[in-house]
Amino acid sequence: MDSSVSSRADVVIVGAGHGGAQCAIALRQNGFTGTVTIVGREPEFPYERPPLSKDYFAREKAFERLHIRPPAFWAEKNIDFVLSTQVEAVDPLTRQLSLSDGRSLGYGKLVWATGGDPRRLSCAGADLTGVHAVRTRADCDTLMAEIDAGKRDIVVIGGGYIGLEAAAVLSKLGLNVTLLEALPRVLARVAGEELSGFYQQAHRDHGVDLRLNARVECLEGENGQVTAVRLEDGEHIPAEAVIVGIGIVPAVEPLILAGATGGNGVDVDAFCRTSLPDIYAIGDCAAFACDFAGGQVMRVESVQNANDMATCVAKAICGDAKPYKAFPWFWSNQYDLKLQTAGINVGFDETVVRGTPADSAFSVVYLKDRRVVAIDCVNSVKDYVQGRKLVENGIRPDIAKLADVGTPLKELVST
Amino acid sequence: MPNLIVVNRAGDETNIDAREGISVMEAIRDNGFDELLALCGGCCSCATCHVFVDEAWVGVVGAASGDEDDLLDSSDHRGERSRLSCQIMMTAALDGLRVAIAPED
Repeated sequence: MDSSVSSRADVVIVGAGHGGAQCAIALRQNGFTGTVTIVGREPEFPYERPPLSKDYFAREKAFERLHIRPPAFWAEKNIDFVLSTQVEAVDPLTRQLSLSDGRSLGYGKLVWATGGDPRRLSCAGADLTGVHAVRTRADCDTLMAEIDAGKRDIVVIGGGYIGLEAAAVLSKLGLNVTLLEALPRVLARVAGEELSGFYQQAHRDHGVDLRLNARVECLEGENGQVTAVRLEDGEHIPAEAVIVGIGIVPAVEPLILAGATGGNGVDVDAFCRTSLPDIYAIGDCAAFACDFAGGQVMRVESVQNANDMATCVAKAICGDAKPYKAFPWFWSNQYDLKLQTAGINVGFDETVVRGTPADSAFSVVYLKDRRVVAIDCVNSVKDYVQGRKLVENGIRPDIAKLADVGTPLKELVST
Repeated sequence: MPNLIVVNRAGDETNIDAREGISVMEAIRDNGFDELLALCGGCCSCATCHVFVDEAWVGVVGAASGDEDDLLDSSDHRGERSRLSCQIMMTAALDGLRVAIAPED
């Protein structure tokens, strides 16, 4: 830790991702004049993470263009950073953090914005060289250096957004990409069957060898370097590099050990407060009762959620506490397919497809008890913009009109 | 380096240098303005980098079209001079461009 950084701050933010950065920005915007310190595990100032599996990965954008704010901005706003450092323990009684460099950092308010660690494979071979996550700049740079060095056969394990986006970039580079999904369809956790089927076809059309129900038995290697993935059915798939995109584990252990309530992440109330005094949690690691999912307690892994929870907490610290009710949205870019989603489809009991997936421009509307709860739009920005209103207003549309792509969704808002 | 004039939400005007080849959104963000969220990072997937192009520049910059046009419809503040600043790339021809950051939605 830099000796110039004091040993206490009025607000300490743990995590230098989207949520942590926005919390600091919003504190200053809302007139907070106290000291603010951000503790970040990586050596970088806050940067955008989505491009790591998209245009940064494809090298269409230099790293500097990913900075959420230029480095000089933070100094101007009097935000201190402790980088390349982890918080190892939290003492809520003395309000002290124990840092990985052995020092202590005191806080007035604590904002936990740590996100998560990539979930690791539990099988043999998971530690071999050449096995990568895509979560940090370093992950991405290491993988790309291996590809520069001539690796051609890449296996992606996990058909979620990270795995699919990575597969899209790698196949565009002309590499041999195999994507393994353990479930019967990709995006099973987040999307309906129509969207899954569409993306499976799109990846196959681009040359990805996409396997469903493909369970990994182990990774094989030679001299510590991965050489193949072995499936449970015995098949052996050559792999010079493996990308593991099977979700994240919320990085909340120090808080839980300190007594915070949680299980899947750390629990927060409507004001993003944990069960510990003056400790908030935001973003991927925070589990909250989500109004847009019928009050179900869940974590939402998105830039939108991290950003909006951060603003909510910053305002609360500045004396303007309001419940977190931001509208959920998300995007994913693969090949020339622009996916935008609005709402959360948890518990849907019906889907309506607008348009023709074969044309690569369509939407899937998710309904629950005939109310629109979410919409996934592929190359259909109009539906996304207008469909948001259906979700926000909990509209019960006429199903025939909803299915008619010739009827703009805005015409259904008042039905 | 082309000059860009940015009017913030308080109405204050600032002259900044905007490197060619980056977007107006990036130029604004890189010069320390904190009013643009630009949440999707410039891939035209949200509408959080909304600006109004100065009257005199509308003809040079051009109007929004396609996805950008549709996204702008999500803003309550959309006007005839509205653009998403991530979709305007700085060039020498835009030296002196003046844009105002749109109100927050």
